[in-house]
Amino acid sequence: MAGLAYYSSASGNTARFVARLGLPALRIPIAPAHPMPAIDAPFVLICPTYADGEGRGAVPKAVIRFLNDPRRRALLRGVIGAGNRNFGATYALAARVIADKCTVPILWRFELAGTDTDIQKVRAGLQHFRGLECLTV
Amino acid sequence: MQTVARAINWNRLDDDKDLEVWNRLTVNFWLPEKVPLSNDVQSWGTLRPAERELTIRVFTGLTLLDTVQNIVGAPSLMPDAITPHEEAVLSNIAFMEAVHARSYSSIFSTLCLTKEVDEAFRWAEENPHLQAKARLILEEYKAGADPLKRKIASVFLESFLFYSGFYLPMYWSSRAKLTNTADLIRLIIRDEAVHGYYVGYKFQRGLERVGEARRAELKDFAFSLMFELYDIEQRYTAELYDGIGLTEDVKAFLHYNANKALQNLGYEALFPAQVCEVNPAILAALSPDSENHDFFSGSGSSYVIGKAVATEDEDWDF
Repeated sequence: MAGLAYYSSASGNTARFVARLGLPALRIPIAPAHPMPAIDAPFVLICPTYADGEGRGAVPKAVIRFLNDPRRRALLRGVIGAGNRNFGATYALAARVIADKCTVPILWRFELAGTDTDIQKVRAGLQHFRGLECLTV
Repeated sequence: MQTVARAINWNRLDDDKDLEVWNRLTVNFWLPEKVPLSNDVQSWGTLRPAERELTIRVFTGLTLLDTVQNIVGAPSLMPDAITPHEEAVLSNIAFMEAVHARSYSSIFSTLCLTKEVDEAFRWAEENPHLQAKARLILEEYKAGADPLKRKIASVFLESFLFYSGFYLPMYWSSRAKLTNTADLIRLIIRDEAVHGYYVGYKFQRGLERVGEARRAELKDFAFSLMFELYDIEQRYTAELYDGIGLTEDVKAFLHYNANKALQNLGYEALFPAQVCEVNPAILAALSPDSENHDFFSGSGSSYVIGKAVATEDEDWDF
């Protein structure tokens, strides 16, 4: 199974999703002063969206810093987006920005802290995803 | 002892969330004049009289909730603010609620006859369900009421009670009717999402400062208030939507939004997945392309991992 990394702001929605997922996951720190987690194996990123009405600033600054390291970026295999459909066209936009930028697939999208269905889908999906992420390289 | 008057310093933040939400709300600022509502005049003419009456009533009900939130709800949260920046954000929220309430009158003056609108405002004052939900919320907004329970009531209004109303313009929009009106409602929905998120976040910060027993009491309160409001909402929904046969469809939307309101407070869902299956046309009206393409269950061969490109901070700002 691919590893997991995630970002969650102080509101904790994504952190609650990851906790319910029950899989080991590295948290990207909010504060610039804190060291980034060490990643040395392929992983999937779970990322919430903070866009304004025009879609600007969708990807959290800490996630940008995290992905600006080419070694980490090279290990990214897919992205799971969090957001809120109430934001219309910018729903889970951060996942789309990252997917386009890093040419990886958007594996799933969920709202706020996710539903039980989202948890089941992602758990099962990450199992299935194991192995697949290398076939296409 | 004299109290010192303090000036707000935005360069010294106690909580980064205050600035983040302030920036989001101010960038998202809008006025109803920005939306070409008059383009809906022709479409309005295609609605049957009962559908028009329903639409005016739904918007009047929404106006009432926005009025409550503008003049009572958001201002009542200010004395409980932990940071001065929180008070500033709440003043923005209060004003935007006034813009929302004002917007419905723009829709009315563009599309409807004065007589029809006056009737709907009378209806709103006399409707037992609408009055009951406003009363329940206003009880928690009273001076001297519990500050954390007040936040729960505010999140339920912002993230749950509006949705029996928001359903209808999304429904019309999914049938290519009143599409400009729907654009305006989407702006309101976007704002309310930030309001519910922010007040819910402040609620969770407040919970961190209290003990186990108090937390349990607040959680009990939140779930029982949700039950009470839901009970009223399903009656309100049936009264409005039975006539056009949409009650069950609206109820799925209510369950889905009740769960999201609880999540804004940091709580788990109340309604099980099988009663939260919102009509995909309504979800698409909220957010285009919001269906999950189930990548996981695909063959895995439909994509190719490309070569990663070099990126810099500024590349991501779009």
